[in-house]
Amino acid sequence: MKVGAAGTGGLVASGLGFDVAYAESTKVKLNLRIAGAKESHSICPYCAVGCSLVAYTRQNSDGTVQLLQIEGDPDSPINEGRLCPKGATAMQLAVSPHRVESPQYRPAGSTTWQSISWDSMLDKIANNIKASRDATFVTTDASGNTVNRTEGIAFAGGAAFSSEEGYLAAKLMRGLGLVFLEQQARV
Amino acid sequence: MTNHWRDIKNADLILINGANPAEAHPVGFQWFMRAKLDRGAKIVHADPRFTRTSAVADLYLRMRTGTDVAYFGGLINNVLQNNLFADTYVRNYTNASFIVKQGFAFNDGLFSGYNAAKRTYDISTWSYETDSSGYARRDMTLQDPHSVFQLMKTHYSRYTPEMVSSITGIPVADFNKVADLVGQMGKPDKVMTIVYAVGLTHHTTGSQLIRSGAILQLLLGNMGRPGGGMNAERGHANIQGNTDHAISWDILPGYLKVPAPGQKNIADYVAQSAAKKSDPHSWNFFGTNYGKFMTSLLKAWFGDAATKDSGFAFNFLPKPASNSSWMSIFDQALKGSMQGLILSGMTAASIGPDNNQVRQALSNLKWLVIMDALPTTSSEFWHAPGVDASQIKTEVFMVPTTHWIEKEGSFTNSGRWAQWKDRVLPPQGQARDDQWILADIFQRVKKLYQSQGGKFPDPVLSVTLNYQDPSKPTLDEIAKEINGKDLASGKQMTSFANLKDDGTTTAGDWIYTGSYPDTGNLMKRRQGVQDPKTNDATGMGFYPNWAWSWPLNRRVLYNRASADLDGNPWDPLRPGIKWDGAKWGGDVPDYPATMNPHDPNAYLPFIMNGEGVGRMFSNGLIDGPLPEHYEPIESPVQNPLHPNNSASPVAFLYDQAAGRPNRFGTVTDFPYIATSYRLTEHEHYITQYVPHLVQLQPKPFVEIPYELASEKGIKSGDHVRVSSKRGKIEVQAMVTKRLGPMTVAGQKVYQIGIPIHWGYVGLAADSDPSHGRYWMANALTPFVGDANARTPEFKAFLVNLEKI
Repeated sequence: MKVGAAGTGGLVASGLGFDVAYAESTKVKLNLRIAGAKESHSICPYCAVGCSLVAYTRQNSDGTVQLLQIEGDPDSPINEGRLCPKGATAMQLAVSPHRVESPQYRPAGSTTWQSISWDSMLDKIANNIKASRDATFVTTDASGNTVNRTEGIAFAGGAAFSSEEGYLAAKLMRGLGLVFLEQQARV
Repeated sequence: MTNHWRDIKNADLILINGANPAEAHPVGFQWFMRAKLDRGAKIVHADPRFTRTSAVADLYLRMRTGTDVAYFGGLINNVLQNNLFADTYVRNYTNASFIVKQGFAFNDGLFSGYNAAKRTYDISTWSYETDSSGYARRDMTLQDPHSVFQLMKTHYSRYTPEMVSSITGIPVADFNKVADLVGQMGKPDKVMTIVYAVGLTHHTTGSQLIRSGAILQLLLGNMGRPGGGMNAERGHANIQGNTDHAISWDILPGYLKVPAPGQKNIADYVAQSAAKKSDPHSWNFFGTNYGKFMTSLLKAWFGDAATKDSGFAFNFLPKPASNSSWMSIFDQALKGSMQGLILSGMTAASIGPDNNQVRQALSNLKWLVIMDALPTTSSEFWHAPGVDASQIKTEVFMVPTTHWIEKEGSFTNSGRWAQWKDRVLPPQGQARDDQWILADIFQRVKKLYQSQGGKFPDPVLSVTLNYQDPSKPTLDEIAKEINGKDLASGKQMTSFANLKDDGTTTAGDWIYTGSYPDTGNLMKRRQGVQDPKTNDATGMGFYPNWAWSWPLNRRVLYNRASADLDGNPWDPLRPGIKWDGAKWGGDVPDYPATMNPHDPNAYLPFIMNGEGVGRMFSNGLIDGPLPEHYEPIESPVQNPLHPNNSASPVAFLYDQAAGRPNRFGTVTDFPYIATSYRLTEHEHYITQYVPHLVQLQPKPFVEIPYELASEKGIKSGDHVRVSSKRGKIEVQAMVTKRLGPMTVAGQKVYQIGIPIHWGYVGLAADSDPSHGRYWMANALTPFVGDANARTPEFKAFLVNLEKI
């Protein structure tokens, strides 16, 4: 409610005489599905314009959180409340029956996915990383230079990361000696 | 972007190249329309396809894909030949007056120093004549025949309107109209912006396409000014933030170069990486402080192991043997030397280029980790249509991650504004945050090295994980680490100017230093348009207390150049910064806050460069110190400028270099030019699971010009096959007048358009009998890229077209 009120307040302050409309809209809003909802702020997950979103959620009696609505944030100097078709349907990306909800594993040559526990999966990945790192690590190149690099592992991705996740990824992957590091900036 | 989205409203003329913002960045496009509607700005759109951007442009130019160097070259030539450049700016704020070394030459499409066997240049002649102090010689009259200005005048004289027309296909009369408009933009009370997207970057000449625009902007005095600049739109929510933080083979956070073999310590590294002063009045801020930024980064990453005695653990950083960018990863896998690949929110199988070859590369891996919230063409590549899963020996892990809305953290937009978001929802199912997954895996690898030993475990054991729970860091903790702190006082740093090279400060990414001081996370600030008078005091759209932009909350880069030699804005109605006699005010100045412009020792305006001025001639790129038009690797014509050296002489040919056959087609077999692009309703591939968007754009198609369709007997809705030397797609035809025949180098050519969004995963594929087997645009694209960045050529290649 805070954001909506601030946006409308701007109109009132501009002297356009929307006071009545404002009062009416507040009354209507009480009956909307976002009535009493928690308001949070997000950013559109698609292109790099950086449109601000207002998201409304409600905690149900069983403790689950329901996403009620996503709309453009009227306070943003970038989008001023507007969204394109992708941003306007962000709710369908946020909550989807197609989400992968548990770890899946496909062994070499298998024709199906297998469910796997988080613990087993992370152990297998860690073992693979160590084995490939040890097998392909180069401490000194042919010219005698210290290079300390892992040649046989690559990491790619990051344009969907929060910056802080991306920073951590770069730090940890360089820490493992990776040199093949890439994201969507080139492709 | 040098500027930012809202700033586009300040322009008088908007050139749009290699982009379609009305459809690809529709909400950002409101600022183009504000410029047009509120101040009568003109919009010029040069593009192969007439789009919704063209529909509201004042001039639309149908242009052959990949020929923007010639287009900008013609505009530059007009400005130079007719003295339309911003004289004071060009003399004082650019390297026009610098004298280039004797021996530099350009003949028949080749710059001096070319080695045909190696397909590389020796760039030693691409630099300045120096005086006894080592500074570049200058001729402020710009008359010296070896001055940058005179060399440019000669270089660009070949780009006559007729030559531009022959290369680009733009009629001479239309080109001249644009040249007239652009020619007015060198006046102080006028300003032009150039906006571009991947239609410029995705070419074998991508870096030079962008440099061409930047050179034009320097000549017109439009760099550093509100309403000006070179502005890349960018296509992913946080592509900017994670470029800044260097998920990129060639850089470390904050655009520090990745160390190279042979550099033994930080001193070697700085000597080979940092710019050197080439003018006595240059501050060379970046070059001067390179070592401080690097030391503070190493201290953030390796903590107690990064000491003066250990050389701040410089030897822990890996030094790549050679280019390790996107195509190189798959080239290595094809050679059998890549064992494992971790993909996060990025699907290699679709994103290309040449994704039949990429699929082969994925099959050669021992293991593949997919971190994603939804299935992707990479997680499912082993049982894609037509693939025998039992023959694919790659071990595949699908690691379910949280979505953007299920986690906090910042996204940096293309205007460099870092905006913080809330955790709105709890994770769906068992999904976990990416940073937890990465930290947890790393902790497990570390334990393996502790228990088993192995190759050089020191860096693995030393990387800092100074978080309350090292396996579950919070993004707030990481944001503070990125900002950095003073280790003696424990206080968060407030500016990178205070970083040190003695190990007493940290900064995970120096360009973000100042984003998170002790007073709190400035990326969370929300003082926006609810109160424009207070929140945008200058009226220029800076909104300094909305989020935070790097560096130091500056909203327009290089803004010292927005003011003249006396410190007054070139246009008083559109100030960037202004000298008031005691200090600079307006935007956060890109200059010492109290440096008097009349001080005889005042710094030159472009403080980050060794020259102190904007570089029109530069040895920063490997394919030429000045941009030159080269044909795409697959082209229907020979280069009208120099048919003997038609395509880029230094584009890296991966297949050829690896001993595989070059799979490039010729005009005889593949007579049509194709270009790939995006639609409003989809974002790459992830939207294939969003029902409303799939309803709006349900199935793949190709856009075929009406005249070509008539020749071929193709109607809208017909099933067609588009094939290149590398693969094919089979999709519906959309016959359109948005594309049309062009005359290029005296020949009639056609271009067809291919949206990229479909593949064998998603709602549309699930409902299709073929399961989207031949839907991937990147089955067609060539495995070659820009000579410098190795950005693949997605935008200009040859195909054949058949009705099925």
